[in-house]
Amino acid sequence: MENLGSLAILLAFCVAIYSTVAGVVGRLKAKPLLIVSARRAAYVTWALLTTAAAVLVTSLMTGDYRFSYVAEHSNRTMPMLYKFAAWWGGQEGSLLFWSWLLSTYTAVVVFSNRRRHANMMPWVLAVLTTVQTFFLLLNNFIANPFQMLATDGLIVDVKDGNGLSPLLQYPAMAIHPPMLYLGYVGFAVPFAFAMGSLITRQPGDAWIATTRRWTLVTWLFQSTGIMLGAAWAYHVLGWGGYWGWDPVENASLLPWIAGTAFLHSVMMQEKKGMMKVWNMVLISTTFFLCILGTFLTRSGVVQSVHAFARSEIGKYFVSFLAIGIAAVIYLILERLDYLKSESQLESVVSRESSFLFNNLILLASCFAVLWGTLFPVISEAISGDKISLDADWYNRLMVPIGLFLLFLTGVGPLFSWRRTSVDSLRRNFQWPGIASLVLVGALIAAGIRHFYALISFGFCLFVALTVIIEFYKGAHAISLKSNMNLLRATVELTHRNTRRYGGYLVHMGIVLMFIGFTGHAFNLNEVKEVTTGDKMTIGKYELRMVNLAQGENENYAWHRATMAVTKNGEYIDTLEPEKRFYKASRQGTSEVGIRQRPNEDLYLNFGGMSDDNQRAVIQAYVFPLVSWIWIGTLVVIFGTLVCLVPSKVKMQYARTEVVGVAQASRPARLET
Amino acid sequence: MKKYGKFAALIVVVIGTLVWLATAEMKDNQTYYKTITELGQMGDKAYGARVRVGGDVEAGSIKHIGNQTVFVLVQDKSRLTVAYNGSDPLPDTFKDGAQALADGKLGKDGTFQAGKIQAKCASKYEAKPGMKPGETLPNINRSSL
Repeated sequence: MENLGSLAILLAFCVAIYSTVAGVVGRLKAKPLLIVSARRAAYVTWALLTTAAAVLVTSLMTGDYRFSYVAEHSNRTMPMLYKFAAWWGGQEGSLLFWSWLLSTYTAVVVFSNRRRHANMMPWVLAVLTTVQTFFLLLNNFIANPFQMLATDGLIVDVKDGNGLSPLLQYPAMAIHPPMLYLGYVGFAVPFAFAMGSLITRQPGDAWIATTRRWTLVTWLFQSTGIMLGAAWAYHVLGWGGYWGWDPVENASLLPWIAGTAFLHSVMMQEKKGMMKVWNMVLISTTFFLCILGTFLTRSGVVQSVHAFARSEIGKYFVSFLAIGIAAVIYLILERLDYLKSESQLESVVSRESSFLFNNLILLASCFAVLWGTLFPVISEAISGDKISLDADWYNRLMVPIGLFLLFLTGVGPLFSWRRTSVDSLRRNFQWPGIASLVLVGALIAAGIRHFYALISFGFCLFVALTVIIEFYKGAHAISLKSNMNLLRATVELTHRNTRRYGGYLVHMGIVLMFIGFTGHAFNLNEVKEVTTGDKMTIGKYELRMVNLAQGENENYAWHRATMAVTKNGEYIDTLEPEKRFYKASRQGTSEVGIRQRPNEDLYLNFGGMSDDNQRAVIQAYVFPLVSWIWIGTLVVIFGTLVCLVPSKVKMQYARTEVVGVAQASRPARLET
Repeated sequence: MKKYGKFAALIVVVIGTLVWLATAEMKDNQTYYKTITELGQMGDKAYGARVRVGGDVEAGSIKHIGNQTVFVLVQDKSRLTVAYNGSDPLPDTFKDGAQALADGKLGKDGTFQAGKIQAKCASKYEAKPGMKPGETLPNINRSSL
């Protein structure tokens, strides 16, 4: 078994190198058979990596504790689901998972484009297999998942494994890493197409059209992955937060921000032929941030204050990043003429300009998060002191950035291309603007003084209204014309231009999420040591401890508090926060008790036992509006799925040709 | 070129605001990562700065005095007395011999006033495989999230 696994990844490494070389040589020397062999080599790589993955998963499932990876990340008492999830629970396994996903994507790309883009595909394949080779290098020589336990040259096994960290033994956490990885790895594909197009100087924007859906799906995986992580933190970690600006979280956010910027600015290229250099830079940035993200989470370079283990893997990643970035910069500079823009910015109040600012802000926030994440490394290099920045620093910066983006979400889609008339501004924004001001006034009257919260609620209503009005206007016109009810007309409208209305739905989801984020300004918390019969109050709730119990099973020992919740003197619920201590891994976890309602969550955490072991420390929180974050996430996912449905009516995009006076003055606004 | 002037002005305003937000009062948000020895070498700079310091909890040193928990962190041969007075209960993993990280400030009396403690079990350290029952497992673990 172990030999089969090692052999498979070693062969995969060789085959991936062959695939790169054969593809490039075949393309340069015009040898079609060599290109075909490169393509088949990509399938072979996939088959080999699938074999390797199967070996690892089988040994995890059957508990073959001769494997060092299995002994570290699995144990006998773990449920099957988590034995499987242990595949990506540790460094070696997750890197194998990366490799396997990339080879799967490569095989899909090669297969679905086997009769298209004959000119560009060998290069696309070469880029993908180069990345593949790098990861296989890690799999084979740096972080081999098939390492055996041995004493004195003899392979031995251990009785039982350490088990997956109990914090990770949670359904959302079992699928959170694969979601993120699907996203991380997925951006390699549009990147490869961008590079292929750049290397072969493809006319037009074939790479964008080909990879549009791919990019969207990848973005969807990444968004879902990030939000699963947030939901996991909220439900499992017991501190009630969903985001803490931890380096590992930031690592997943960075490529997401760059990818979001890319999704927007690509529209400028598709419709106006602008920002071509920018898009090349953005997709490359996104891809490299994905690699950097993998590096940050896997090497411990940033959070290694803990110095628990500093891994050797860092320098390989840094070299790969340096070489990759240098190659991309060279390619772009060398081919600048090919990336020339076809039209120019005309007015500050235009769709183009709103895209520009959207990009500027997203990139600025991306840079800020990167700066903050790497600050310990940077400061150590400059002053010798390792300094980290706390969550307050990020919040001070990111809250205004987020609000500005929220504002752009509302106005951007309604600005016209090229320039927006005062009349259209008034028509589109008068009522949403007035309504938001009224809301803010009412909130101030109601006693809310939190500055950012007021702005946020105002913008949320503003954006929500502009989106609803857009849907209503379109649907109303259709319902009059084809005699449908408004609901069917809305579906019809969305179906006619899924990209546009799906996009609006995503924006609506973002608004809902912002409502949830804003609730953070009104959080309450209370900590008290209580025993059976004791009471504590938080907000409108009164909590009484009905029972305090403890016990153990084969997997963990536990303490559990049973708390009766009353509101205004009326009994409403019973919550049971619990503290567990897992035996195999000797780690504690919290099972929080949450009463989730749309207006607020009551959140109880069993903090621990008091020093004299008589009373329980109960941490109680009230989190207003937090559920809207999860609801908003679902709307974002739904909206993205709508974007993926083909439009019923094929859109004809008016493209301003290379700027000439006569053409530039012609209105180019057919598609809105 | 007037319209580009407008763009430039707007961009400068946006970036300027962000840079100001990022740098103003940055001192309050900084935490130094120090070893116990380095903390001793910081001199007067150490007082008042927020520091995160790591080490092993000295066996038998944990004492509960009123609301405070006092213990000694050891690393190589340097020792540091830490007083914990945070509101969260101490982690279950915090016990004799555990690796701990204390987050707080160094007081003038040389006692480190911590507001936050993180701890990791000492058991997660390497042992030879092929062990007898009751022994800890081999682990070259990187904690993985």
